[in-house]
Amino acid sequence: MSEELLDVRLTVNGVVRELRVPARRLLSDALRHDLALTGTHVGCEHGVCGACTVLVDGRPMRSCLMFAVSAVDSEITTVEGLTGSDGSLGPVQQAFAECHGLQCGFCTPGFLTTITAGLRDNPEPSEDEAREMVAGNLCRCTGYANIVKSVLRAAALRDGSGTPSSGTEGAEVP
Amino acid sequence: MTTKMFGEKVQRVEDQRFLRGKGRYVDDVLVGHDVLHAAVLRSPHAHARIVDIDVSGVLDVDGVLLVWTHDDLTGAMAEPLPLLIPHPQLTHGRTQYALAKDEVNYVGEAIAFVVATDRYVAEDAVSRIRVEYEFLPPVVGLQAARGAAHLVHDDVPGNVAARLEQENGDARAALDAAPHTLRLNLDIERSASMPMEGRGTVARWDTDTGRLTVWTSTQTSTGVRAAVAAKLGLDLAQVEVVTPDVGGGFGVKINHPWPEEVLVPLAARALGRPVKFTEDRREHFISAAHERAQVHRVEVGYDDEGRILGLDVHFWHDNGAYTPYGIVLPIITSTQLLGPYKPGAYRVVFESLYTNTVMVTPYRGAGRPQGCYVMERTMDAIAAALGKDRTEVRSVNFIQPDEFPYDHGLIFQDGRELEYDSGDYPASLAKLKTLIGWDEFPAFRDEMAGEGRRVGIGLACYVEGTGVGPYEGAHVQIETSGMVKVATGLTTQGQGHATVFAQIVADALGVPFESVEVVTGDTRRMPYAVGTYASRAAVMSGSAVHLAALRAREKVLKIAAEALEAAEEDLDIVDGVVSVRGTDASIDLGTVAVLSNPLRYAFDEASKAATQFSVGDPGKAPVPEDEEPGLEGKDFYSPERSTFASGMHAVIVETDPDTAEIRILKYAVVHDCGRLINPMIVEGQIQGGVAQGVGGALLERMAYDENGQLLNASFMDFLMPYVTEVPAHIDIDHLETPSPLNPLGIKGAGEAGVIPSAAVFASAIEDAEGIPITAMPISPSELFALRQQHAVPPETAARKTAARKTPAKKPPAKKATRARKETS
Repeated sequence: MSEELLDVRLTVNGVVRELRVPARRLLSDALRHDLALTGTHVGCEHGVCGACTVLVDGRPMRSCLMFAVSAVDSEITTVEGLTGSDGSLGPVQQAFAECHGLQCGFCTPGFLTTITAGLRDNPEPSEDEAREMVAGNLCRCTGYANIVKSVLRAAALRDGSGTPSSGTEGAEVP
Repeated sequence: MTTKMFGEKVQRVEDQRFLRGKGRYVDDVLVGHDVLHAAVLRSPHAHARIVDIDVSGVLDVDGVLLVWTHDDLTGAMAEPLPLLIPHPQLTHGRTQYALAKDEVNYVGEAIAFVVATDRYVAEDAVSRIRVEYEFLPPVVGLQAARGAAHLVHDDVPGNVAARLEQENGDARAALDAAPHTLRLNLDIERSASMPMEGRGTVARWDTDTGRLTVWTSTQTSTGVRAAVAAKLGLDLAQVEVVTPDVGGGFGVKINHPWPEEVLVPLAARALGRPVKFTEDRREHFISAAHERAQVHRVEVGYDDEGRILGLDVHFWHDNGAYTPYGIVLPIITSTQLLGPYKPGAYRVVFESLYTNTVMVTPYRGAGRPQGCYVMERTMDAIAAALGKDRTEVRSVNFIQPDEFPYDHGLIFQDGRELEYDSGDYPASLAKLKTLIGWDEFPAFRDEMAGEGRRVGIGLACYVEGTGVGPYEGAHVQIETSGMVKVATGLTTQGQGHATVFAQIVADALGVPFESVEVVTGDTRRMPYAVGTYASRAAVMSGSAVHLAALRAREKVLKIAAEALEAAEEDLDIVDGVVSVRGTDASIDLGTVAVLSNPLRYAFDEASKAATQFSVGDPGKAPVPEDEEPGLEGKDFYSPERSTFASGMHAVIVETDPDTAEIRILKYAVVHDCGRLINPMIVEGQIQGGVAQGVGGALLERMAYDENGQLLNASFMDFLMPYVTEVPAHIDIDHLETPSPLNPLGIKGAGEAGVIPSAAVFASAIEDAEGIPITAMPISPSELFALRQQHAVPPETAARKTAARKTPAKKPPAKKATRARKETS
């Protein structure tokens, strides 16, 4: 009773990747275990915590609620893709480092991808809007205050009004 | 000039990899290698005898390599898992088997273990296992456990695992002689650590060398190492445990070994291939551990000022189905209940009871939130009865700054005296009152009332024994590159140890912060360690790292003095360079490291300087007697007793008159954890703790039905706070009363934020509503029900008030409904 395997072509962080997976393979598992992109984390596998959030054609999606086969022909961006090609931190990543926006780091990739998309839609969020932007992701460590600060700081870094502490202007996600 | 790093808000070094998605959590280990995956069949019943297990057909599933039940286990593996912390009063301690033998005692207990090529296939195989059960009546909740109509374990009478009594003074006599007494019955429900990353273990057996490497998401790598070696019949030297990045612990990962923590290594050895187990969220809910559930009965006697003369507490602690972690939690509750106060006499009795639910082991706060809740409810009740301000009643009961060290005459969780080392509680309270605006609150209440809004203010004080022994150690090595490698054995779950320990080493050694690299929780680097619990990492490993760095420094000075032909006391180490004060003569630490290790063979330019024709006095041994080659320092810190941190929280809440929704308007924290290594990290710990506390007080509970089914075992149903549920801003003020017990004056800070939450919210909601709050957590629907329960027709209310015997001199009218607690 071997499972049928399907050929899947995914574009992840701008690179075309080919893999053979069963139809039931979750996108989160395909990214982590088949493509070794372990930056995407799985916290609940029922779409509530948001740790596994990746950008699918620029939109934040819970990769634990998608099959790998349904991501064919999509552009996927994971946390690994938020870093500049020279290895420098992107603005959201930089903001988290400056504002102590993370502790254990497990939920962080989902916040980074979510905020990256959020700031593209709303580049100058108010504090309330910053809270709203991260209101669908769970974090058990930080109490969120520094995550909200990180959103505001990232907005400043993106529009150039903030001075990055280590001269990084990270890659923009398409 | 090297800047002093201790006390600075240094950005965390570990963030660089976390932010790039380059963290290595346990499920990331060996990805891309030929790793097998495990899945576990868990009991769907809370209490049942296992009549038969049919695994036929499981191995027919394509990709399945192994299926085990208890019958397949032999030797130590077939015995119950260890009882980690024995205690003479734990007369009926019970632990589970790695795979259930004959009986299951909670929904989620492991019954069978399957290994397959991937997790999907392993779960397919698990679903093929057929188990025949004979149902037994489940015991769920403390009431059922106390009633003991049914037993969890046949051979444990009354479901009582342990009974412990402690007394300081004669509490009964003090109560009898007291001018006023009160009785309170208080309840607190279950919650759980619930880290974002669940449990997980990976093991690789090296068939060539007969050695095992285990990666596990734990709070004690040395504990797991010892347990795995014992269970698998291996020498300690054959087992290494590496703690990778850990996605949160909050206590639950201090328990060990989990069944999977020994089954995975056993399977890896049996199959000769690496095996991985990563639990899913439902498994974490039903087969890891919970905490908190207790019921308390309090009797307190006090004088006209509210001074406690006698306190008698009897409580019942729900320890779930097994007691692997002993009775540490109720011991902590029974001792830390005292907080910053000094009752005239105190007696406490607890019973730790079995129920057919997930076992109970420490969750951040570890028994303290319950104790704090009980004591602070008692303080509020005394204030209400006397018609006094709640802060005044607390003030008259405080241990005063000149009374330290203060011995409570009790034995703490570590078997040592409960003796507080230092603190300044009156100063903390003064700061808290300013921060929350305590004295201005009545005016605010009136203003809000004018708008038809209902607000209340509450406060709660706690003392936390931190930095519990027995010990931690550290190793510091200066490499010839000048880089400093530091290892300590306890583990890290997000506290920023790589940063704060580097800060300590940078100062002690006189090197740039950037040149220090810290490794934690790797038994290959530091095999002697205990673990990360009881807010002990900064105190224990921080002190050990400091001492080890000083040892390395001594050696640096000795070698450099010889090389520079100067006296040791004339040397300074700044930015990794040793120089002779007032001269140009200097030598960098990398060169000192080269000189510390006399060589026969050169391998690069630097090492040439240490070879036999370059250095050394031909008349002396190349390595002096009593010295070792290499530039290293190793030391251990083992304090006589814990150091006691303290703090106070206050909150202003608004309760909706119609919906009973509870909103947080202001939250203030004053905390004293001695000297701060990194204030940014300490504040992060407090903010996180407060958020967890909000969850514990207002949202989270484990909803078991009468059959022992956990009805809310998902993030959809168990309500953890999102950003929308926590206070937008927390006002934080610090007090730094150094601990005299360790070289850096540090006290622990990790758990503090969560300790007073149930207490402070109960206090504020009671203040807003004028209804006694005696059970936590509290939801809007429960508050709504309480309102209806207490909404009595006006004439009945008047009669009740008149009939009540009250010792209060001037009871404020609004508190008239609080008299459900008996006064006499």
